[in-house]
Amino acid sequence: MTLELKNVTKSVDGAVHIHETNLTLEEGTFNVLLGTTLSGKTTLMQLMAGLDKPSTGEIWFNGKNVTGVSVQKRNVSMVYQQFINYPHFTVYENIASPLRVAGADAKTIDARVQSVAELLRLKPMLGRKPAELSGGQQQRTAMARALVKDSDMILLDEPLANLDYKLREEMRDELPRLFADRHCTVIYATTEPTEALLFGGHTATLHEGRVTQFGPTGEIYRKPSDLISAQVFSDPPLNTATVMKRGNEVMLGPNISWYANDAARDLPDGDYLLGIRAHHITPFQQTPDAVAIEGHVLVAELSGSESVLHVDLNGTTWISQSHGVHPFEVGSTARLYVDVARGFLFDRANRLVGGLA
Amino acid sequence: MARILIDKLRHAYVQNPQKPEDYALKEMSLELADGGAYALLGPSGCGKTTLLNLISGLLHPTEGRILFDDTDVGQLTPEQRNIAQVFQFPVVYDTMTVYDNLAFPLKNRGVPAGEIDSRVREIAGMLDLGPTLNKRAAGLTADGKQKISLGRGLVRSDVNVIMFDEPLTVIDPHLKWVLRSKLKELHHRINRTMIYVTHDQTEALTFADRVVVMNLGEVVQVGTPVELFERPAHTFVGHFIGSPGMNALPCTVENGRPTFLGHAVPIPGEIRLPNDGGRLEIGIRPEFIKFSGLESGPTIAVEVTKVSDAGRFRIVETRAQEHRIRLLVPEGDPVPSGAAQLRFDPKHTHLYRDGWLVG
Amino acid sequence: MNKTVNQKAWFLVLPVFLFVAFNAIIPLMTVVNYSVQETFGNNIFSWSGVQWFQDTLQSDRFHASLGRQLMFTAIILAIEIPLGLAIALAMPRKGPWVSVCLVLMALPLLIPWNVVGSMWNVFALPEIGLMGRGLNALGFDFNYTRQPGDAWFTIVLMDVWHWTSLVVLLCYAGLVAIPNDYYQAAKIDGASAWAVFRFIQLPKLKRVLTIAILLRFMDSFMIYTEVQVLTGGGPGSSTTFLSIDLFKVALGQFDLGPAGAMSIIYFLIILAMSWVFYTLMMRNEAK
Repeated sequence: MTLELKNVTKSVDGAVHIHETNLTLEEGTFNVLLGTTLSGKTTLMQLMAGLDKPSTGEIWFNGKNVTGVSVQKRNVSMVYQQFINYPHFTVYENIASPLRVAGADAKTIDARVQSVAELLRLKPMLGRKPAELSGGQQQRTAMARALVKDSDMILLDEPLANLDYKLREEMRDELPRLFADRHCTVIYATTEPTEALLFGGHTATLHEGRVTQFGPTGEIYRKPSDLISAQVFSDPPLNTATVMKRGNEVMLGPNISWYANDAARDLPDGDYLLGIRAHHITPFQQTPDAVAIEGHVLVAELSGSESVLHVDLNGTTWISQSHGVHPFEVGSTARLYVDVARGFLFDRANRLVGGLA
Repeated sequence: MARILIDKLRHAYVQNPQKPEDYALKEMSLELADGGAYALLGPSGCGKTTLLNLISGLLHPTEGRILFDDTDVGQLTPEQRNIAQVFQFPVVYDTMTVYDNLAFPLKNRGVPAGEIDSRVREIAGMLDLGPTLNKRAAGLTADGKQKISLGRGLVRSDVNVIMFDEPLTVIDPHLKWVLRSKLKELHHRINRTMIYVTHDQTEALTFADRVVVMNLGEVVQVGTPVELFERPAHTFVGHFIGSPGMNALPCTVENGRPTFLGHAVPIPGEIRLPNDGGRLEIGIRPEFIKFSGLESGPTIAVEVTKVSDAGRFRIVETRAQEHRIRLLVPEGDPVPSGAAQLRFDPKHTHLYRDGWLVG
Repeated sequence: MNKTVNQKAWFLVLPVFLFVAFNAIIPLMTVVNYSVQETFGNNIFSWSGVQWFQDTLQSDRFHASLGRQLMFTAIILAIEIPLGLAIALAMPRKGPWVSVCLVLMALPLLIPWNVVGSMWNVFALPEIGLMGRGLNALGFDFNYTRQPGDAWFTIVLMDVWHWTSLVVLLCYAGLVAIPNDYYQAAKIDGASAWAVFRFIQLPKLKRVLTIAILLRFMDSFMIYTEVQVLTGGGPGSSTTFLSIDLFKVALGQFDLGPAGAMSIIYFLIILAMSWVFYTLMMRNEAK
């Protein structure tokens, strides 16, 4: 089912929670809402589900205006960050509950519950109560409840946030498979850029109640339309610094400069903001065009496979993330290579004007 | 400040433990050097929090000894052990100001007012809490409150060890970086023993100089992040550390060489293998597998089944018959579709017998 | 937190609203009606304006019963709140004794008011009551039916016995809700038991205590049945609290107009004092 938000806003007691939003989510797609806590992900989901009414604007399902229609009549499912199950029901009864409410017959219920349990690897636990399950199994039960009825839309609000790191990784791998042969529209809220990337599909970046950009995930990641979208989609945080463009030269401070690449060359002279992700700054030279900077090391983290360095250069902190083991002493001087060709250039209004092709 | 020695420690929550299953913590011995940064890493229920509480004195061990330098502290209370602890959910005294929160442990110990003031201001400066000193602690955000919890440990000059129990759980992802770097920086500045408990490999590996990996109540491996990454002592460590974890492929040994699906897989060094069989596996991390180019040498034929873009690299899932092999391909490098050949880096290929590293 | 706004929810409140209207608003309006009219029975009413209000506010009798009422409420709050808190602090947090303690605590709350009154009536009788005889045997000259001081003592003791449990249960619920981490952190910070109480338990119990004080204030201010059964307001008028006085005016003398005026003044006093309590207790909450 196609979901359309048309000029939707939401204000509560004069405070704007969602700024005017236009969004079209196509049937059968996987859509990620990416943003920090309080960026408006949950509010937006509640509007989509019909748990809440927009202050202005309309919500359309498959070309039908459903703005005032209650959630019960919309055929949607939701999964929350907390593992919400009926504590006194068995896993089987928990999964069966939406079908019982809908009045399905016993045979249909059994067949559906069994097949969903199979898909989510819950078959051995069907007779247990939620309290006897691990966190991952509890969340899988909640997910099974959302999947068992043929919803037109499934909304998942940070469903993996309360799980162990490794379990999260496994579920992240499993999730897209669950929706693969369904026609429902999936909306998934997360604070983690990596999660959005791994799911693929489409991503909407959210910041302070505003959808800053929406499109295919890889495209949003590699071509953010503005500074905010780039920042929302960067972990570790995006490195930023003011640079000055003069003719064919781009200058970072008095001593560091490089030749503008094709994309930057045609820009008018002036000040720009350079944004560059941590993995494009490395303690070794990746490309001949990389620009060297030197600063003293604030933080050096080795995770076995990766090295993360925080380096201070004239009051600006540069974060570098690179493969391999590159030990540095805190306080020592480090030389980093910035792959400026991979950076983004933003104008004074923080819009992307040049950078990665 | 103290060196911590854990000697044949065992702990059970049940009275009169009989069977090995009764022990939440199986017998272990461990030495934590004075001033080191350690992490206890493992999944939920692996016993890491039990071990933490035994060291801090919130629990008393069923068997074995815990020594701070040469003193057996097994039966002492947390305040007698002079430890500080930061909990999963920030603990602040709501009615006090930030200043009074930081001063609280010193006041309780009867430290003179002048010294309290200078200590509190010094620590507040380190934690960037200076501007909020006169605010009520209840009004701060989660990361601010967690800094106060940490600060109450740091102000004391008598602290033997500072413990962290999943301290970043309630912190927003974009602030985790900041707080983690702060912690690391503080460790360098004050050089106190710190023990950090977490299920999150990134937190453990980036914070600690040495990581204690635990599973099912046992210590599986103790090592530097690099050791754990490059030479996992057990397939569990290989799986648990790294994202995605190490590939473990069942194999046989023929003519003294590990063989997978009929292909000989070279590994560094000699195989030290007893003759009584056991389940053999090849362990290789996704980082050390490449699609084969033109260069010669042994390769493994696979089918590419799935490619996930993680931004700076792609996770490629391939199948060799029924075995799944995953590898990482850096951003920009080509990924073939359909049939392909894989090459394992021999320097980083290991052999495991019943889960344990043998070569 | 995002809150869902849905106007339909008001329909769910409608039945309760109607119920309250029949139960409270309509009788209240009747009382207002009485309070501004004069009647000599036979359903003949004449307008009397604020006459009854003036009379009531200027009456010594009203002042005396209001004074007694305030005194009583102050005494029982001063006893029950600290005592309830102390008992809650002393109760075990886990183990088999928890349920035993909770049941014991709940028992007095399960006894109807008039039964409590009768129980203490008998219990404190100087000739046959266990307490009355006991006190006299110990050499005290105790007779609550004759001596005002003894009557007060008995009523206060009865109320403490009956209602401290409520404070205990509320405080206990508040105490068990405090995460263990707080106690552990305090231990590590070297806090004394007093500091734990002062800086952890008391602040965390603030809301619960506010509710306990409000409930006990309103309840004690309206105390009627137990006192009526125990002393009937005597000896003399020494235990004639507002509610008992009101009853005497309304039904004993059938002065509906003054009784109406008195009820409204009574109601406004409770409302105003509850509001003051609540605002004072919650003053720092908003910051």
